[in-house]
Amino acid sequence: MTSLWSRLEPLLARVRKPARYIGCEDGAIVPQHGHGKVAWLLAYPDVYEVGLPNQGLQILYEILNERPDAVAERTYAPWVDLEALMRERGIPLFSVDSHRAAEDFDILAFNLSSELVFTNLLNMVDLAGVPVRAELRSPTDPIVMIGGHAAFNPEPMADFIDVAVLGEGEEVIGEITEVVREWKASGRTEGSRLAVLKALAQIPGVYVPSLYGVEYDGDHIREIKPLYAGVPERVMKRTVSDLGDWDYPRNPLAPITEVVHDRLAVEVFRGCTRGCRFCQAGMITRPVRERPAEQVRSMIVDGLQRTGYNEVSLTSLSTADFSGIESVISSIVPDPTACGAPTVSLPSLRVDAFTVGLAAKVAGGRRSGLTFAPEAGTWRLRTVINKLITEEDLYGAVESAFASGWSRAKLYFLTGLPTETDIDTQGIIDLAAGCVAVGKRHTGRANVTVSIGGFVPKSHTPFQWFGQNSVPELRRKIGLVRDAATKTKGVNVKWHDPSASLAEGLASRGDRRIGAVIERVWRDGGVFQEWSEYFKLDRWLDAMAAEGLSPDFYITRHRDEKEILPWHHLSAGLHQDFLWQDWRASLNEFGLEDCRWTPCYDCGVCTGDGLEHIVASPIPPAGGSQGTGQDLSRGGITPVTLRSKSSVGAS
Amino acid sequence: MKIRVSYSKLGKIRFTGHRDVAHMWERSLRKAGIAVAMSVGFTPRPKMAFGLALPTGAESLVELIDITLDPASGVTADQLDSIADRLSTSLPVGMSVTGIRECAGTEVSLQEGVVATTWIMLVAEPDGGPDIASAIERVNNSAEVLLSRERKGEKHLDNIRPGILELRSADAELMSSLPADWIGESVGHAIVAVLTTSGRGIRPTELVEVLVPESDPPINPWDHLNRVLRINQWIERDGERVDVLTGRAAHTSVSA
Repeated sequence: MTSLWSRLEPLLARVRKPARYIGCEDGAIVPQHGHGKVAWLLAYPDVYEVGLPNQGLQILYEILNERPDAVAERTYAPWVDLEALMRERGIPLFSVDSHRAAEDFDILAFNLSSELVFTNLLNMVDLAGVPVRAELRSPTDPIVMIGGHAAFNPEPMADFIDVAVLGEGEEVIGEITEVVREWKASGRTEGSRLAVLKALAQIPGVYVPSLYGVEYDGDHIREIKPLYAGVPERVMKRTVSDLGDWDYPRNPLAPITEVVHDRLAVEVFRGCTRGCRFCQAGMITRPVRERPAEQVRSMIVDGLQRTGYNEVSLTSLSTADFSGIESVISSIVPDPTACGAPTVSLPSLRVDAFTVGLAAKVAGGRRSGLTFAPEAGTWRLRTVINKLITEEDLYGAVESAFASGWSRAKLYFLTGLPTETDIDTQGIIDLAAGCVAVGKRHTGRANVTVSIGGFVPKSHTPFQWFGQNSVPELRRKIGLVRDAATKTKGVNVKWHDPSASLAEGLASRGDRRIGAVIERVWRDGGVFQEWSEYFKLDRWLDAMAAEGLSPDFYITRHRDEKEILPWHHLSAGLHQDFLWQDWRASLNEFGLEDCRWTPCYDCGVCTGDGLEHIVASPIPPAGGSQGTGQDLSRGGITPVTLRSKSSVGAS
Repeated sequence: MKIRVSYSKLGKIRFTGHRDVAHMWERSLRKAGIAVAMSVGFTPRPKMAFGLALPTGAESLVELIDITLDPASGVTADQLDSIADRLSTSLPVGMSVTGIRECAGTEVSLQEGVVATTWIMLVAEPDGGPDIASAIERVNNSAEVLLSRERKGEKHLDNIRPGILELRSADAELMSSLPADWIGESVGHAIVAVLTTSGRGIRPTELVEVLVPESDPPINPWDHLNRVLRINQWIERDGERVDVLTGRAAHTSVSA
């Protein structure tokens, strides 16, 4: 176990942003490797600036290093310039903490927050000098593991990974450490790899793809079943029951170079039951578990002191829903520290006047712009997706924002949603124009930016059966919005070319056969697929064609209830019945209330796992109507049937 | 009170850039609990003024920063040593305070005042070409040393000889005065160069370009420049170069 630093050092002055590779952050540990310790290399398969702030990785890094039987270091995807030099000189993937070679670790654990990083994972495994295909690995190779949101359908990665962990990692990493420690102690003998994988599969939340067989009936899956006795038929996600027991990161990493989200982050709650049907994060992280407000406060104070940051982001899927939000903000904002009060940032704002009031309170003198996410252009479509924001909510929020001194608002929308028609698409600009009109009453400079993204259906959501819009259809809809915006004063449109949505759709709901496509794209040089300058649609289409696989079958086709989906044997706790009913309710334009304040509708998560919501306030937050006492009687009159794909535009 | 602080930047941390260092200072001052005066306006910024940027990849014993302390904090001159200690603890590994003093409001700013800096460079001997010692002699004996540099997208052939104020091989005494871990890890011909910073200035990498033979494609100076360390920053006073922090004249000492 030697450091690769002396070989890396001469290369660093020659590459872009070399600070990506040196470690040295505040909060970084000095790794104590030792006999009998399980060595984890926690990997984020994108560049350092994107990966360093990742809270999941920071939490596991700290918990593992507190254990006497484990040590954890970190690694990030080297940018293409350094990768070329590394390959030229035979330098393997290394950790940024002590610049050890990846192969010196027992576990190579990837955090996957998006499907588009799959090819980067292959690249990093290859750079580590580890066989990319799991079946070729020997007992001396590390165990390749994935976790994070994009691991909930790990099937496209089944050929390349040894283990997928479903759900939250705080507890399960300890159990995995114990099994791997035994394996190490036994000498990792020839043939022992299968034994350790079988032992890992006994841990709840741990899925070992190679222990399951998939049988096909033509294109469709006929059966997914364990290949060995004692391997569970179904793997359930892991959930931490009380976030208050896990006040991590206690020693947050503060980088020495600029990163995205360059501020302290404190997670105020986990899970979300707003029930937005397109949102995989909301579905797979249930139930809602709030952190005690007092703990939030102490994490903010300690974190700011340790890192020297003067800005804190209160993170969650919808921070204005946190019961303690007002008390936390009031106690932090006027608190004069040595260099002025810290700034608070609130990502994921709800759309209502109350929320804008919070934003105004924390904004101080800055009024750069406020972002809201109505997601769909008409109330009808918002009932379909269960994003229950009325026009009054939005205009009320915007009124409040412009009245408080903002002159710019940004609105996020998805296009390509189920049942969407051109009326809904046109509705995006109508809403934006309405917001501009509200704003003009306050300032002549009022303007609204519409940001529009193509919808990609995800596993474990009610929309998992929906046929994604084709790339040409998404382009057409984005074109409609852009055309309409040119005729509307004060409205600008931002969009991404939707071609990457094809690759994302393929990887999101693909089965094991997609692995060959991912490998082809990687071997053809397709890394950093989230970076538009490195994404080429033809690479994916050519790879599909070479494997004889149909983009329509995987991406644009609607699925029916009887179909066995590739993640059939994996569970985020949600009953299949619930998801199907919610999908039907969606097509019937029925909204569903937020169950943290209303009676349980038995989605399956709490009842199945002996969990419950942990919410300090029994009543919904003031102001706004989302999920709370809103009139849900509108809609539901005309049952909608999904049009067949031939009528869903060109594909 | 305004203070002038010099600090080192050694080891891995040298791969951070100038903007990164500015952020590190902001955070380190807050961690150390040192109240800095803030600018007024919509986005108040701490009143700090940095000296010349150190190229990413270069090390230094004498980076400089002027900090205006919050008048309300009532810091007095006898507390400066304690401030230096607290800052060294708060700065990242590889950075620590090497000097501190009160700075009069009338003093010229670091950006304007510094006219030259002294570098120790460890340059790999080129394969086949003339050795570094001969190259140094050639430069010293020339009235004109031409280097092709880009300005506003156009190539210009500049005579950089006037900006090379001193150039020689480093002697053993100087090398032994440097941090032990610095010199212990490094190989190459050690040279001392005093390079101008006025006008366009001359970077250590540019000096390397004229010391090693030209090649096609053009050399990457970092293939030859193993390590580079800034050991002095100079201002001019009464026609003499004096150390910007200590005010000592050039001939008395080279390292701060």
